[in-house]
Amino acid sequence: MIEKKNDELLHDHNHDGIDRRGFLKCMAWAGTGVFCVVQGGVLKSYSLSRLSQMDKAGLKGELSFVQISDSHMGFNKPANPDVAATLKAAVDKINALPTAPEFMLHTGDISHLSKPEEFDTVNQILKAAKPQDVFYVPGEHDVLNDNGKQFLDRYGKGTKGSGWYSFDKKGVHFIGLVNVMNLKAGGLGTLGHDQLEWLEDDVKHLKSSTPIVVFAHIPLWSVYPEWGWGTEDSAQALAYLKKFGSVTVLNGHIHQTLQKVEGKVTFHTAASTAFPQPAPGKADSPGPMKVPAEQLKSVLGITDVKYVQGQQALAVLDSPLA
Amino acid sequence: MRRSVSIGGLALIVALGAAGLGVGHKSSIARAQDKPSSAEVKIDNFSFGPASLTVAVGTTVIWTNRDDIPHTVVSTDDAKTFKSKVLDTDEKFSFAFTKAGTYPYFCSIHPKMTGKVIVQ
Repeated sequence: MIEKKNDELLHDHNHDGIDRRGFLKCMAWAGTGVFCVVQGGVLKSYSLSRLSQMDKAGLKGELSFVQISDSHMGFNKPANPDVAATLKAAVDKINALPTAPEFMLHTGDISHLSKPEEFDTVNQILKAAKPQDVFYVPGEHDVLNDNGKQFLDRYGKGTKGSGWYSFDKKGVHFIGLVNVMNLKAGGLGTLGHDQLEWLEDDVKHLKSSTPIVVFAHIPLWSVYPEWGWGTEDSAQALAYLKKFGSVTVLNGHIHQTLQKVEGKVTFHTAASTAFPQPAPGKADSPGPMKVPAEQLKSVLGITDVKYVQGQQALAVLDSPLA
Repeated sequence: MRRSVSIGGLALIVALGAAGLGVGHKSSIARAQDKPSSAEVKIDNFSFGPASLTVAVGTTVIWTNRDDIPHTVVSTDDAKTFKSKVLDTDEKFSFAFTKAGTYPYFCSIHPKMTGKVIVQ
């Protein structure tokens, strides 16, 4: 089943929940944010643009958090000459959510060129967001020239290896993975042996009813390998998560919202807060896509996620900045 | 997205180098031009052009990033015979090939981007 809508991603997986064996893929070109709710172990996503039209009760849960991605601070080309302004607009959007998120995930490409001032600017802008805790994973643009040293110095406290880690919030187990290091010629994103071993150990003792949220920069599913939009060894990582009834995978990198449900696993990519990229294979290259200035905010966004005890999926809601 | 290459700028650098005003890598480009033994690879649309370049021993190859996104030029061998810093739009990297052989390389940020230089 393929669904394509203008500016929303709205799939309520609660009806079929963990019994789902279908394959669901959808795209939202104007989605710039996803609002996610974990409800009964299932993550539901909503396009943020549709938030105001939705039943508020359905958007409440034990836990809500927001994902932002690909802020590319420092980028100044025609596709968006002011990425600071659009990141600020994303913060405004987050602060206007009907249910304040408890924390944020940033799925990488915080900076464009790994420059200290780029990271500083993002930190400064995010200070204005109501949720003050931000959990980061690096994008390839955050580890340029120094093999990720600066990223680790800034964000890597308490992490393992090149910056992977896990934490628990209200019964949900969050796993931040790094798949942008040691990339091989001709290859895709890579997790690597050490990280996979750590992951296996990290989830070994968790109950299978524990809702899992995995977040990483490059998609952990094969979106479009021709453009490098996938991760070489993601299948091994997902194999370690097979026993769980609800797994939500949140990625960035491709600057557009895509969703796929495979069995108990929901894959979701977030929009960028900086500039859009073309649909898989729909251009000569995955480079920045120039849209008319007045349309830019409709193709950038944030993602809100909610969890409600007793329901199967987390709710993931993408919302454009305008 | 495509940018016109700054051939005029390069010519100026060469001229300055020839006039003894160039410093650092500028003068090395100038020397390469003098021989004349330089060749260019342009980065456009997430690809190296030409993807396979054949040059004579002693040739300096100059890569220019013409994309709106940064790229790198990194040789694939373990020794990393050549390795650029990250190249932003219109930035260049050059390397002088002094030994015959085949030198595969890639963009370490976008590893699907690969190319090779054949030196003979």
